[in-house]
Amino acid sequence: MIEVKELNVHIKGNHILKNVNVTLPEKQITCIIGPSGCGKSTLLRTLNRLIDTTEGVKLEGKVLVNGQDILSSDADVTDLRRKIGLVSQRPCPLPMSIFDNVAYGCRINKMFNKRRQLVYQVQKNLKAVGLYDEIRGRIRTPAARLSIGQQQRLCLARSLAVEPDYILADEATSALDPISAKTVEDLFVSLKEQYSIIMVTHTLRQALRIADHVVFMYLGEIIEQGPAEQVFHNPKEELTQKYLAGAFS
Amino acid sequence: MVRLYKTDNMQKTRIIKDKTAQAVMFALTLISILMVVVMFVGLYLKSAPVLEERSLWRLLTSSEWRPMKGEFGFLPFIASTLWVTFVAILIALPISLLTAVFLTEYAKSYVKKFVFPALDILAALPSVIYGVWGVLVIVPWISKHVAPYFMDFSTGYTVLAAGIVLGVMVIPILVSLFIEVFSSVSMELRESSLALGATRWQTTKKVLFRRTYPGIIAATVLAISRAMGETIAVLMVCGCVIGIPNNFLDPCYPIPALIANNYGEMLSMPMYEAALMFAALILFFVVLVFNLISRIVLYRLEKRLGS
Ligand SMILES: Nc1ncnc2c1ncn2[C@@H]1O[C@H](COP(=O)(O)OP(=O)(O)OP(=O)(O)O)[C@@H](O)[C@H]1O
Ligand SMILES: [Mg+2]
Repeated sequence: MIEVKELNVHIKGNHILKNVNVTLPEKQITCIIGPSGCGKSTLLRTLNRLIDTTEGVKLEGKVLVNGQDILSSDADVTDLRRKIGLVSQRPCPLPMSIFDNVAYGCRINKMFNKRRQLVYQVQKNLKAVGLYDEIRGRIRTPAARLSIGQQQRLCLARSLAVEPDYILADEATSALDPISAKTVEDLFVSLKEQYSIIMVTHTLRQALRIADHVVFMYLGEIIEQGPAEQVFHNPKEELTQKYLAGAFS
Repeated sequence: MVRLYKTDNMQKTRIIKDKTAQAVMFALTLISILMVVVMFVGLYLKSAPVLEERSLWRLLTSSEWRPMKGEFGFLPFIASTLWVTFVAILIALPISLLTAVFLTEYAKSYVKKFVFPALDILAALPSVIYGVWGVLVIVPWISKHVAPYFMDFSTGYTVLAAGIVLGVMVIPILVSLFIEVFSSVSMELRESSLALGATRWQTTKKVLFRRTYPGIIAATVLAISRAMGETIAVLMVCGCVIGIPNNFLDPCYPIPALIANNYGEMLSMPMYEAALMFAALILFFVVLVFNLISRIVLYRLEKRLGS
């Protein structure tokens, strides 16, 4: 379970996240929704400390992952990032072959001693994202030659290969055509048995289809959070009602 | 629909301007290429007398240098040039690479704000200043603190001195080039690696270098070409003793130094002048061939890796 407590994020003096308190349940799909610029990506990037690469960032508050504060200075950032994978909005394959892309994280983290195990892990995860049959025979070719939709699934396979506990997905389907988007969406649903998934989405309909838990953000604040059923069908806050009605965004 | 193809007057002027600009730019490009060819032909013609007298092979492989007797063996100068360049790059490459990595991957923005202008100033310093620094600091240092470990006595005017001075000269240029190269890599790519649990150093080695090695090679080749032709600073610290250097504590005499030292003095002897022109031709050729080879290597590598 991830608990965010009194999180405040400033970037170059701008108050981006304000007093954020969120609880993200395990083995469920949590959808973060909200209008553009409200801080969804910033929140995700804080959860695996990728926000550290941002220039001029200041973090306050606590983010507890299984009870441990990952914002404290003695947190093991690389281990944290392995446990909390991030799939970004635009697919970004590493400059190497398809195989090496998936194997990269395993090699970095020295997960396997035997090559056979590594090959198995790569194949398993390529199959999981439905890419294995499509790219059969060119697994050693550069990943950059794949189509965008294939690249996005490759990035997902790459994240899964390091066996994370959580998967953060930042609008992971927004760059895809409807069919690829559906494939990835179904994939997420099938993955929630094993992983806790936190995804940002702009398509309310997608959130309606797959969310178990919903967090609604507006201008850097959490307005409402709760089970999908309740937030979508019985929102407590007026802002949420308006947003769901399509009044803004 | 028809209107789309009708060109009114304004449209015509625009197109004419575009065409003219293209023609002018093409002409200018042609001229700069032509200049190189003209220089090459000029050097060749001027060095013809010595080429008629002696075989090319003899000129390149002989170490005899007796201008009075018409003996011109260029091997010591060629060897010196290669030695000095090699030592310079050996020093400059790792330092520059790591400095650029530090500045682009690790340093905070305020550090960059201080270092970037400093680099530009260093790159713009006239080479004679590096030469003076070499004579005043490096040469005595080698003579007193380095050479004694290896030999009885050395003046300090050595391959090592020239290599260090040249290396230090090249560093700011190389760092700037590398920074340019590394900055072309998107933050997203680095983050994809970091997000899988890689450290910054792992990301640098496996993603950054892998992505940018063509740029790294190209920048290095540029620096080497520059180092091969550098004259004044090297001339001041190399010792100017004719002979093939056997180690980095021998004095040396690179080609540019040879030309600069003797041109103008010995022009009364036609053969000597031709020999110096031939020296220039060698330098020209070495740099050219070197650039060509690196192009081919890059092309091969890129084709194989399909990037
Ligand atoms: N590196 C940065 N420097 C300055 N401001 C930033 C930076 N990153 C984000 N911000 C600001 O933080 C706010 C939240 O950005 P964020 O990317 O988290 O929004 P978002 O909810 O993901 O929006 P979108 O739905 O459009 O992706 C925005 O106002 C943005 O301008
Ligand atoms: Mg975003």
